[in-house]
Amino acid sequence: MSLLDYFRITKTSSASLAKERLQILVAHERSSRHQPSYLPQLQKELLEVIKKYVNVDQESISFNFEQDETQETLELNIVLPDHPAKNL
Amino acid sequence: MARIIVVTSGKGGVGKTTTSAAIAMGLAKRGHKTAVIDFDVGLRNLDLIMGCERRVVYDFINVINGEASLNQALIRDKHCDQLYILPASQTRDKDALTQEGVGKVLEELSKDFQYVVCDSPAGIERGAHLAMYFADDAFVVTNPEVSSVRDSDRMLGLLSSKSRRAERNEEPIKEYLLLSRYAPDRVKLGDMLSVDDVQDILSLHLLGVIPESKSVLTASNSGVPVILDEKSDAGQAYGDIVARYLGEDRPHRFIDEKKGLFAKLFGG
Repeated sequence: MSLLDYFRITKTSSASLAKERLQILVAHERSSRHQPSYLPQLQKELLEVIKKYVNVDQESISFNFEQDETQETLELNIVLPDHPAKNL
Repeated sequence: MARIIVVTSGKGGVGKTTTSAAIAMGLAKRGHKTAVIDFDVGLRNLDLIMGCERRVVYDFINVINGEASLNQALIRDKHCDQLYILPASQTRDKDALTQEGVGKVLEELSKDFQYVVCDSPAGIERGAHLAMYFADDAFVVTNPEVSSVRDSDRMLGLLSSKSRRAERNEEPIKEYLLLSRYAPDRVKLGDMLSVDDVQDILSLHLLGVIPESKSVLTASNSGVPVILDEKSDAGQAYGDIVARYLGEDRPHRFIDEKKGLFAKLFGG
């Protein structure tokens, strides 16, 4: 510990912020890199079908695609609202 | 058979051409017959960094189109007789590069050379794609800065999926990290991503750290690859990188701050 250390400002450094942002971004971009190319279209069409029957907005639906050595999983998660049914 | 090295980054201005010139010179200086090719069709600059801009007669596209032979187009370096430069075309556009044409030129070079260094243009378009397509090794030049790190990761994705080795299910391209424009004092202050930070994100084998250095501009001003400036920190860093690439075990340098007299007195 030197004399100078006492005068150094201690705040969250911009480098650690950069690292955090990059780790999140890179993980996200890597996972989407291995997705099948039809996925965005499938996602869009599924959403249209669901919206036809249930009152949900974009935020209540999440898609998750996972891949390991033996299998690929497409997970579709819908949070149903209190009054889900549309009057058809 | 030549070993084909691509110097790539995705992002522009991180030091690809400086690195291509330096490592090609480094390999040639150690006695390996080396060719360095500029893939930046339309915006050639390697000739300028190598100091042979006034000796360009034919270029890469002329060779691909059969308008000149490879021997006519290759420029022998004036500092090292083991080094040859194949400049890019300044007048044509990037569509003049074809996969078949590039493949043929590389195949012909492979017969006679030990290393072929491909200086990739920025971006992920045709020139960048073809620069890495035939590669055996990739030098990923990255600055400790968010956009450069992100683009490098994108290039790693392309290297593992869009190269000839990937398409043929061969052993993947060997990828190395070259961290350039590094400023240890800024890292210490927490203003710059550290070597460890970048490695945590990219998980690449570190070939070397090139410090931010005035000597890089001086070298490009005079058209002499910075590796020949053996007194400079950047020159020494590239010297280490070439040695490590060839299998020598050299400890990493230029990662920690240089201590000035003031800091020494105060034990900083």
